[in-house]
Amino acid sequence: MKRTVLFLLVCALVLSLIGAVGAAPKYKVAMVTDIGGLGDQSFNDAAYRGLQRAAKELGVEIKVVESKKMDDYETNLSNLADQKFDEIWAIGFLMTDALKNVAKRYPNTKFGIIDSVVDAPNVMSVVFKEEEGSFLQGVLAGKMTKSNIIGYIGGMEFPLIIKFESGFIAGVRSVNPKARVLVGYTGKFDDPGKGKELAMTQFSQGADIIYHASGACGIGVIEAAKEKKLLAIGVDSDQSHLAPAAVLSSMLKRVDTGVFMGAKALVEGNWKSGTVVLGLKEDGVGTGFGIDRFPKDGVKVPADVRKLHDKAVDLIKSGKLVVPSTREEVAKFKFTL
Amino acid sequence: MSDFWSSLTLLFQVGLFVSALRAATPLIFAALGGVFSERSGVVNIALDGIMLVGAFMAVMGSYFLKDPWLGLLIALVSGALFALLFGVIVIRYRADQVVTGVAFNMLALGLTGFLLRLIFHHAGQSPMVAKLPDWVIPFNRFPGLSRFPALQSFVDRWIQPVLGQHTPPVYLAIAAAFLAHYVLFRTPFGLRLRAVGEHPRAADTVGVNVYAMRYLAVGLSGALAGLGGATLSLGLLSSFIENMTSGRGFIALAAMIFGKWTPLGALGACLLFGFFDALQMLGQTLGFRVPREFFLMLPYLLTMAVLAGVIGRATPPAADGKPYDKSHA
Repeated sequence: MKRTVLFLLVCALVLSLIGAVGAAPKYKVAMVTDIGGLGDQSFNDAAYRGLQRAAKELGVEIKVVESKKMDDYETNLSNLADQKFDEIWAIGFLMTDALKNVAKRYPNTKFGIIDSVVDAPNVMSVVFKEEEGSFLQGVLAGKMTKSNIIGYIGGMEFPLIIKFESGFIAGVRSVNPKARVLVGYTGKFDDPGKGKELAMTQFSQGADIIYHASGACGIGVIEAAKEKKLLAIGVDSDQSHLAPAAVLSSMLKRVDTGVFMGAKALVEGNWKSGTVVLGLKEDGVGTGFGIDRFPKDGVKVPADVRKLHDKAVDLIKSGKLVVPSTREEVAKFKFTL
Repeated sequence: MSDFWSSLTLLFQVGLFVSALRAATPLIFAALGGVFSERSGVVNIALDGIMLVGAFMAVMGSYFLKDPWLGLLIALVSGALFALLFGVIVIRYRADQVVTGVAFNMLALGLTGFLLRLIFHHAGQSPMVAKLPDWVIPFNRFPGLSRFPALQSFVDRWIQPVLGQHTPPVYLAIAAAFLAHYVLFRTPFGLRLRAVGEHPRAADTVGVNVYAMRYLAVGLSGALAGLGGATLSLGLLSSFIENMTSGRGFIALAAMIFGKWTPLGALGACLLFGFFDALQMLGQTLGFRVPREFFLMLPYLLTMAVLAGVIGRATPPAADGKPYDKSHA
């Protein structure tokens, strides 16, 4: 009996040695979703696309762990660190505190976080200039509205989501000072029923285009637009497939670019801790037109509107136009496109 | 002061009431479910989970059978079955009702998410399915109404736009509340059900089967909560989204307590909560500085006020939450 066990152990050792020598060193990259989870058609899905791209183009081994509750964040992150992943992504601002603790406990593991800054020697923080992408949606909405009333629906009212609101309102104002923007917050990110009800309320007050930054609540916003035969603007990922005839455009937040870039830095050996800011110039945010994806049923955008949109892109990229990211800055913002 | 009044008149519009009704409907079904269960002596914390199962199964039904009405039926049946499973654990095995309820909520969340992935190979959201078509009811063409011009214009201006066109569950929920009130307080079945929740031993000695009554009540509560979930996924929206109930089962529980464990009381409480929610949304839209968080906690505040005896007195059924054991005297 003892001998058999010994023999098996030796075999295992030899095999593992062969394994180690045979395979090229392969990096293992993982991500932990926030409570939105995969399939949110938005934020977490975008991060996963970046990870999949890393698997395909860089040949890294990948893994996704979904969080069901806020208390899962820390557990999920440390489990992956225990499994010796080389780089672990925390997707979302809500994971900030969890990552702060975990990064301290696993100083030899590299971490990345999206939408928040964690100041630690083993964390790469990726943040976006959502206000720039939102500004572009504001330009589109400001030009496309017929009623001169436009809606904005946010999830929870904290500075990150107020960046979307601020950029959007500034964009509307730069092309259509007469338009009024109705602002509403659902107070949640996971309640499509509430998103729809708030959208119906804004539509009933005369809005004809609504931009949302409210996670899964937005599914309800888009459904309301479809029902009322009016328009919605999606967020994070291209959401036009949810209702091609009702989604004018989507503010793309290239969370995938962020995750991919981090994985690439790891593989190429130039990984650095610190904060990376991705704006329009870095291809971190942008516009996805529904019509480009659904040429038949998509919402048509007149050429002059598109030209104006592209003009705004150039101005922002060149630094001639600085988009406000807080309500105070919006109040002082004056710019005519 | 005149500002205050002019903003009040701004708020007082058709859309507010339409929105309130829609927001209240899923709550009404679930709260009625809560009334039946608790009146029989079973605390049903699992309402939220049962709603989620109902929402999911409704979409499955509409997707595979291509008929939203069958989806609604399947939501009702699966809600009842899921609740009966809960019933077996708390009635037959006398497990702690609150702890079991919490476990069932988690089970529902995990199960629906898992099945969603298994069936559609896609996380988060199901494909869009056929939803229930709206019902249109012409209240303004009620025979003889035109003979009373004042009444006619009131109906034209308010009743018709507020009540005239809705997804069918809105009407079903209100009808269900009246029916439930009748059943609970005007029929022998209702009397037995209440007896089992007040004093199961006494009911038992006069020949009422306590276990059977409790199973029936819990099954009924599941059927109603399942309909509440289907209202969300097939009535108001047209797909299943993970955790889409977003805590509505708990607000329904609060409404049930605020309504003092009666169907019509629960109906009123749900309409009130729906109204506050709609008020909050319209207030924001009109640009008033509304403390949204205050409205979010309002249902719970009112419930605590009722429980503390500030607004009337609320007495739960005497045997609520207590497992019954026939063999112990």
